[in-house]
Parts: sequence; structure tokens; C-alpha cells
Amino acid sequence: MKVSVQSDDFDLSTEVIDISMNTRTGAVASFVGVVRDVPMTLEHYPGMTENAIKKIVEEARTRWQVLDYAVIHRYGDLQPGDQIVLVAIASSHRADAFAACQFIMDYLKTQAPFWKKEHHPEGARWVNALEADDEAAARWKSLKQPQRLVQK
Amino acid sequence: MKVKVLLFANLRERIGQSVEVVDIPDSASTVAGLRIHLMKRGGAWQEILSDMKVVRVAVNHDMAAANAPLNPGDEVAFFPPVTGG
Repeated sequence: MKVSVQSDDFDLSTEVIDISMNTRTGAVASFVGVVRDVPMTLEHYPGMTENAIKKIVEEARTRWQVLDYAVIHRYGDLQPGDQIVLVAIASSHRADAFAACQFIMDYLKTQAPFWKKEHHPEGARWVNALEADDEAAARWKSLKQPQRLVQK
Repeated sequence: MKVKVLLFANLRERIGQSVEVVDIPDSASTVAGLRIHLMKRGGAWQEILSDMKVVRVAVNHDMAAANAPLNPGDEVAFFPPVTGG
């Protein structure tokens, strides 16, 4: 059970091993976000950001079986190819692991206070929020029932 | 009463500072009241808070609506829609 907002890099294998200790674990799904072709600086809100991520994880845990998890988001100066974010979910079955992983990423993109500033050759500019991201998060609200019943 | 105002990202850059303790009249003790109080300063304050479609507000680390009440010592953050992940 790990939520971390940090400037340091992370190692996917280490995190996956750490959340796979429960003998009921049969599926681990993970997502890693990577900087594309432009260097960037990621700003966050110390004090709020970590709590916002924890709330998103707790919401996911009411919908799907999550035996263990690691959510790591970096801040500071990042270069193309650098890892930005990790969401890894351990569950008994893949449907819960996949769904919880995607839900957390979709909500993280619209709810967790991070802001990207891209450093282009012609100057720096703040990234604008995308309506597509809001729509991706809203999609989960319209689900009348959880996609899979929670089995704890 | 006094509240702590925090700014992030482009809002912080436009104002040139990230944190300020602001004394607001008790009659303005909501998020909307604080916003109007700050906009009356004119200049960049007026500009960054004029279009609330591109501004989000958090009170004590929770997202807050315009009618959210404020209490002495509250931490009120203004920032643009988030772009992490």
C-alpha cells in the first residue's frame, strides 16, 4: 500500500514485487507514464497532492478488489524518456487489476494537483488541460454498477 | 479574518509570488467573496481570476466550490485545471 510523490525515479520491477506478496494475488496490472519529446517541469501542491491520490485509490478500492497497490508520481525537471507516473495494482483476477489501474490513472489526470510546463526551443509554456481527460474520468461516473463486484 | 492564499503554475507566475496571508472582511467569507476581494486589487489579480472556467479552488487541500465557506486560518489555493499523469 504505497502512495508517493517524489522527485526521484522509480523501478517498476521492484514495485511490482513489493505489491505481489499476498498469496491471494493472481494478477498485477501496471501503467507507466513517460515524457514524450519535450523536456518538462512538473509542479505539485505539497500537502494536497498525496492526499488527493490517496482518495482516488480509496474510491477504486470501493469498486474493485485491490489487494495491494503502488502509485508513484514524480515532480521537478524531467527529460524525454523519463518516467513520470506509475500505477500498479495487485488483485486476485485481471479484470479488477486492469479496471482499478485505468480508473486511478483517469482520475489522477483530472483530480491530482500536478501541472506540466513544457520547455520548447521557442520558449516554455504551461500545458492546457484536455477535455478528453475530463471525459475519460466522467466515463466511470456513468457506470451504474461497478464493473465487477468487490470480493474482499 | 485572515486566510492563507496559495497560487500555483501560471497563476503563481502571473502574480510573482506563491503564498500570501490575506485579510478579508467577515462579509466576504466564502471562496467567491475572497475571489472578488482579490480581483478588486486590479492588474494581474483581476486577470487571473476573471475566468473561473480555467481556475480551480481548494480549501484546506480539498477541492471547493464558489459558495464554500471560509474560516480564519484556512488555506485557499487557486490553480489552473490539473495536467499531471
